[in-house]
Amino acid sequence: MINFTLNGKEVSVDAPDDTPLLWVLRDEMRLTGTKFGCGIAQCGACTVELNGMTRRSCVTPISMVEGSYVTTIEAVEGREARAVQAAWEAIDVPQCGWCQSGQVMSATALLREIPNPTDEEIDNAMAGNICRCATYVRIRAAIKNAAKELEG
Amino acid sequence: MNTSKLSRRGFLSTASAGLVIGVVLPEKSRAQSGAATAFDPSADPATFAPNAFVRVAPDDTVTVLIKHIEFGQGPNTGLATLVAEELDADWSQMRAESAPANDELYANSLFGLQGTGGSTAMANSYMQMRKAGAAARAMLVDAAAAEWGVPASEITVSKGRISHAKGTEAGFGAFAEKAATMTAPAEPKLKQAKDFILIGTDVPKLDTHAKTTGKAEYTMDVYRDGMETVVVAHPDKMGAVVASFDDTDALKVAGVIAVREIPHGVAVYAKNTGAALKGREALRVTWDDSKAETRSSEQIYADFSRAAAEGGRAAEEVGDAMAGIDGAVQVIEAEFHFPYLAHAALEPLDAVLEMTDGKAELWMGSQFPSLDKPTLAATLGINPSDVQINVMFAGGSFGRRAQPTAHVAAEVAEIAKAAGGNGAWKLLWTREDDMTGGYYRPLTVHKMKGGLDADGNIVGWHDVVVNQSIMAGGPMEAMMKDGMDPTSYEGATKMPYDLPALKVDWVRQDSPVSVLWWRSVGHSHTGYATEVFLDQLLEAGGKDPVQGRLDLMKGDAGRDRGVLEKVAELAGWDGTKVKGDRAYGVAVHESFNTYVAQIVEVSDQGGFPKVHKIWCAVDCGVAVNPNVIRAQIEGGAGYGLGSVLFDEVTLGEGGTIVERNFDTYRMLRINEMPEVEVAIIQSDNDPTGIGEPGLPPVGPAVANAWRALTGQAVTKLPFSKSVGV
Repeated sequence: MINFTLNGKEVSVDAPDDTPLLWVLRDEMRLTGTKFGCGIAQCGACTVELNGMTRRSCVTPISMVEGSYVTTIEAVEGREARAVQAAWEAIDVPQCGWCQSGQVMSATALLREIPNPTDEEIDNAMAGNICRCATYVRIRAAIKNAAKELEG
Repeated sequence: MNTSKLSRRGFLSTASAGLVIGVVLPEKSRAQSGAATAFDPSADPATFAPNAFVRVAPDDTVTVLIKHIEFGQGPNTGLATLVAEELDADWSQMRAESAPANDELYANSLFGLQGTGGSTAMANSYMQMRKAGAAARAMLVDAAAAEWGVPASEITVSKGRISHAKGTEAGFGAFAEKAATMTAPAEPKLKQAKDFILIGTDVPKLDTHAKTTGKAEYTMDVYRDGMETVVVAHPDKMGAVVASFDDTDALKVAGVIAVREIPHGVAVYAKNTGAALKGREALRVTWDDSKAETRSSEQIYADFSRAAAEGGRAAEEVGDAMAGIDGAVQVIEAEFHFPYLAHAALEPLDAVLEMTDGKAELWMGSQFPSLDKPTLAATLGINPSDVQINVMFAGGSFGRRAQPTAHVAAEVAEIAKAAGGNGAWKLLWTREDDMTGGYYRPLTVHKMKGGLDADGNIVGWHDVVVNQSIMAGGPMEAMMKDGMDPTSYEGATKMPYDLPALKVDWVRQDSPVSVLWWRSVGHSHTGYATEVFLDQLLEAGGKDPVQGRLDLMKGDAGRDRGVLEKVAELAGWDGTKVKGDRAYGVAVHESFNTYVAQIVEVSDQGGFPKVHKIWCAVDCGVAVNPNVIRAQIEGGAGYGLGSVLFDEVTLGEGGTIVERNFDTYRMLRINEMPEVEVAIIQSDNDPTGIGEPGLPPVGPAVANAWRALTGQAVTKLPFSKSVGV
């Protein structure tokens, strides 16, 4: 049994130690907002928050999560998350949408760390999140808009 | 929804939820995806099939059933806008829902799905959906008139409110039931473009909220009671089949339920994804390569190149191109190589199938439901009327889910059949399955030759296109004429330029490698080959890339001219190809009846192009939602740029596929995405495609800028193979 705090609730999971957190979230917890894209930490669609840091859940063995705090897109909160999601909606960032949970998780983490990021800082923070629809122009704009909103 | 109560006349019915209205089409019109269609409820019901559909609920919400799959290109929002416009609805009351596919309904009632593709969603829905909205409005007004005892002509509708000068007012929902008893107008009156309120504005997309909060439901998100997760060991060579397998170790993996051979490979059934993947890793499969493609990409290029030299069948001929070239003062030749490309939609292929006493329910991002359904039924040995398909949001497609072979539906059906009985199965393709699973953009060679006279004018143009046919050997073959597949060379033909002598030949090659339409199909290579080669000829002839193109444009090429002039203005083109460390390249290309011109700004960063900015002008007729159009241009350009710079699916020695995941098949990332500025040409023409046309010009524009900057003509894609290595 592996015990951790998921979206604010304590949970216990019975799964082999090497099971990726991603599949526990989806198959066992039915939290399907976290997506599978590559399985090798190349695309960022599976990004979650682990003890306050972004983490690729597809390469995170469940054993590593013991005693940790995991937050997924379903429960991401705080002023940065709200600003990011509002900015995303205001300019219609998503196209197919598959990567966007991960994008929102990464953008939220970025703004928590750097409230007013430059283009370069946005690129550095977001380069691990692939968007196959190439909504990057809008991701960049939405992050800036969210930063402005947080400032004001 | 309740569809069984729908009237056989097929255009109107009282369902329990209120007013339901659909637009029906004669059978023969239905297959013509691009055709404007007639609203004809009086025709013989037996020849009718449903096409589009509006639902007005008692709570005032208006749901539009969308017959095109939503994978980011925006049909949910766009088609709902058309209905809302003619209905005079308020945007906040609009909803969109994927229309399900079902043989029984297809034959008898309101829904018909013919599939999504060729960037046709808006073009073929523009009049249908407006008529559906207008008819619903007329019936709501009639219902209000009857209820209030006033003439219908005195009633107005605005922002979802029906009102009369006497002060009576109501929402749509209040009249939903009564409106269903009204007679549908034979030819509902449509608005004039000048009266549009919603069309032409950036109404917010209906699917954005769900996709920003993780709530949007895709195929992979479907979980059924007792569902097993299944992964399939597929061959890593195209056309190989199972020779034998050893499942001893796979069956030892906790959570693995069974291993079964199916026609597509060896299927591992498990309690969950983790177990299924581990089980497949432990599986040992020996493949029979006797019918596989065992040539490497390098060998295929060599074969195609030889075939090009031997010549092919004429796809287009103007004047005597050979004589023109023979008589030229200067002759330029180039051979272009375009690799196999994977679509690499971020949601890999998947499907969920549930069997209940011989009836099948499928959840899938089905792009061709009308092909997936009979294939599923045939594989399972059941009647198509016992198949229900729920068309799900799809995490991208770019052509990959539009499968004439319906191979994903077939595979999940094989899985259910091999297991037998009732149950539910989720077929999951991993990234590696998706990348090595074929259905690529066809590897293509263009062998080009052009001649110039003493004044630098083009006097002859010869383009030999060599590739596999996408349409041959499947249900689409019927669309080929005289054995010619236009998707192989579209865009190399019918160029907007008035050349005195031109010949385009096609040489068909066959291979066990499966090929498919990949965003912009033939235009993905013809746009590059023609616009790069033309640029080289213009340069050799001492012509300006913009003015040289404009001078060549035919009298009827007004829309090509319009976008090229607009983009030149937008980018401030002054004929200077290189300014400091930046170079500028131009390309223009029409695809799917949409005209796109782009100018790009490129610099040399460590021997490799960095694209800073893309200016784009697009003419796609009436711009129903300019924000969606800009988004599709941004996305199409980004998708095209990434593939031109980085991507190739390589068949290595013996035909083994080399690239298996994003570590080797490089996606464009945010730091590589240029700024994009889009100008949309104001137009009264009917809307045309937007999902694909943004792609073709970006590659050649970058190549032209790079040649201006470095002198290097990039003819072998991707850039990463030709440049800076």
